[in-house]
Amino acid sequence: MKAYRTTIAAVAALGLALAAAGCGDDGDSGDGKKITIGIKFDQPGIGLKTPSGSYTGFDVDVATYIANELGHKSGDIVWKEAKSADRETLLQRGDVDFIAASYSITPTRSEKVDFAGPYLLAHQDVLIRADDNSITKPEDLNSKKLCSVTGSTSAQNVKTRIAPDAQLQEYGGYSECLTGLENNAVDALTTDDSILAGYAAQSQFEGKFKLAGFKMSNENYGIGVPKGSELKAKINAALQKMVADGTWNQYVQKNFGPANYKNEPAPQIGVIVS
Amino acid sequence: MTSESVLYDTPGPRAKRRNRLYTALFLVALAGVLWWVFRSLADKNQLEWAKWRPFFTDAGAWNTFLLPGLRNTLKAASLAIVIALPLGALFGVARLSEHRAVRGAAGTVVEFFRAIPVLILMLFANAAYAEFTDVSPDDRPLYAVVTGLVLYNGSVLAEIVRAGIQALPAGQTDAAKAIGMRKNQVMRFVLLPQSVTAMLPAIVSQLVVIVKDTALGGALLGFSELLASVRPMSANYGANTIASFTVVTVIFVAVNFTLTTFANWLEARLRRGKRSTGAVLGADTVEELATPGEHVTHEDLGGPGDLPKR
Amino acid sequence: MFDFLEGYDLLGAFWTTVRLTVLSAVGALIWGTVLAAMRVSPVPLMRGFGTTYVNVVRNIPLTVIIVFTSLGLFQTLGVTLGARDFTTINFRLAVLGLTVYTAAFVCEALRSGINTVPVGQMEAARAIGLTFPQALGYIVLPQAFRSVVAPLANVLIALTKNTTVAAAIGVAEAAALMRVMIENEAQLILISAVFAFGFICLTLPAGLFLGWVSKKVSVKR
Repeated sequence: MKAYRTTIAAVAALGLALAAAGCGDDGDSGDGKKITIGIKFDQPGIGLKTPSGSYTGFDVDVATYIANELGHKSGDIVWKEAKSADRETLLQRGDVDFIAASYSITPTRSEKVDFAGPYLLAHQDVLIRADDNSITKPEDLNSKKLCSVTGSTSAQNVKTRIAPDAQLQEYGGYSECLTGLENNAVDALTTDDSILAGYAAQSQFEGKFKLAGFKMSNENYGIGVPKGSELKAKINAALQKMVADGTWNQYVQKNFGPANYKNEPAPQIGVIVS
Repeated sequence: MTSESVLYDTPGPRAKRRNRLYTALFLVALAGVLWWVFRSLADKNQLEWAKWRPFFTDAGAWNTFLLPGLRNTLKAASLAIVIALPLGALFGVARLSEHRAVRGAAGTVVEFFRAIPVLILMLFANAAYAEFTDVSPDDRPLYAVVTGLVLYNGSVLAEIVRAGIQALPAGQTDAAKAIGMRKNQVMRFVLLPQSVTAMLPAIVSQLVVIVKDTALGGALLGFSELLASVRPMSANYGANTIASFTVVTVIFVAVNFTLTTFANWLEARLRRGKRSTGAVLGADTVEELATPGEHVTHEDLGGPGDLPKR
Repeated sequence: MFDFLEGYDLLGAFWTTVRLTVLSAVGALIWGTVLAAMRVSPVPLMRGFGTTYVNVVRNIPLTVIIVFTSLGLFQTLGVTLGARDFTTINFRLAVLGLTVYTAAFVCEALRSGINTVPVGQMEAARAIGLTFPQALGYIVLPQAFRSVVAPLANVLIALTKNTTVAAAIGVAEAAALMRVMIENEAQLILISAVFAFGFICLTLPAGLFLGWVSKKVSVKR
């Protein structure tokens, strides 16, 4: 009987663990039409999930503006993480209504999805330590230690075209690289300047890092929508209004300002800088 | 040798002095290492209160990152054990089948999955779900992690089940047959229920292995479990890598230590139990069962069984 | 049929797996033996340290340890283990992580081996005047090692499978290559079969061989 009771106890404990694991999802607030938007969750300045559970960043601000223009209240937005590799799939499957996640317009991607915008012109750049004067031109990256995220094209760009002797370490996220950069384990972190500016703009990093200012590529950020979606025209109209009424400028200042980021002027809708 | 203390006599005066010397030397060495760790951390500003504060004063760090991560870890682990248990029971019983073909097939499957790293299974499952099914990208990491864990741990549990059944005294089968039960009745009503009890400590220990392996999904499949919460936390709290890792590690150790303690308590309790057969599959047998080609012998089981005492 | 292998260094990747395994095994055997000696030593502080080490390390996921060596030790604290390029640094960090983790299991295997040595052996050793280190080194451990070949073999095979975790910090071993190939090539099933086969080749013969050795050397009592 004792053994039997022990069995019951064990099964009950397992069940408890299961129950605790099961009841995770909390309901959404808001009452109007829901809209699901894909953003980055781990890029400060672009799209970041904060400890309070809210989201901040340039993409988040732009996406909220668009959603409001489309007739959705801010409370009716459902944010969904759009990791770089998943973006086309999310749109094709209809898991999100649109994506604003540092999403560069490229010919390959345009075959699978449509883009509204562009709404920001970014460039590939490197982030270096503020006191590092040894990197003044892209070729200086030779013999330097470079950090980027797994599967990122920007790192491969540098290695194949600009600085073949650079060493490359890849991590799952940019924040890992930042730790190394701060502690001299790596010398430069490369990706789009807007993303880098977002990191450098964080209060805890103020004065520690600087953008080198190499314009190694042009990245036209667009709003990804499913192929053939009628949202494209509506979003373009919203973007035009956002630039015209000064909100765009305000968002740029708010999110990238502290990093001393020299932003490009607001791009013209449908004009891709290559 | 039953207890470690028989390795040495009660220390005399010289031994006591020597032990004190060793203690002092070891203390110095330990303090040296701790000092180095402390210095390095301080040098790299990792001891700043700002990097640790979020975990003590900010409920957001727990509610937004750590607890959802832990919930996913436990969810994947519980799903894996719940699915793997019946599968393991099926294959474990199949390996005891009287039909050679059944025995052989089950044996091949079990040995195959025990020989392959669980990460390889997870990577395969992840790609397979992406290619052959329309599981949403959100759920895919969870599916892949659970699938990998089920394939691997199901085969380990099959061995646990088989060993658990074999640990029962043969008298149980004889008695059941004597009252006219058929083979599958013997299995269903006599052997399996009793062996479940004997297997419990080993199953709980296997749960520790499962919880630990969920972290693979966080590092390599984009599954947002506990370890994966380090990234958003260090993005939010100023690259507090060391602090984030420390907190995550402490949570993992706490969860697994609780499970291990529970397994040991179960084992001790079952071994004391008078009315059961006394056969127990100890928590320590789990590692052996994870090895392809390795089987638990009667001697490992510790139950009275029918074998003569060593 | 196996065209997809072209351009990938499959043997090189498995060779890295083997090197990781062998180096970590040597490291874990040494460190694990030291830990086991501590766990049975007459000095309470050392016993406490050994016990704590084993209980803590066994409960930490290996993935956490490996990722920590890269992000914590290397990126944050600047530990490079004497190497200068990323490839070597990552490899050595992986060996360090695997050693730290596996040593806890080696320690437990050895301790259970020490417990199988009859009390009389130690008593006899003391009776002829051997000190504790001598008795442990000449009498107990040699017998213990022989009876732990089987448990140690289990640890070694688990270690072989565990080296795949090094993919998490960019060591180019088998699992890392599998990840790249799955991304770039279409033959998912074939690719997976190749890697599964590779690991079976590594783990199954080792298991059978060491099982045979353990029967051969075990102390008959």
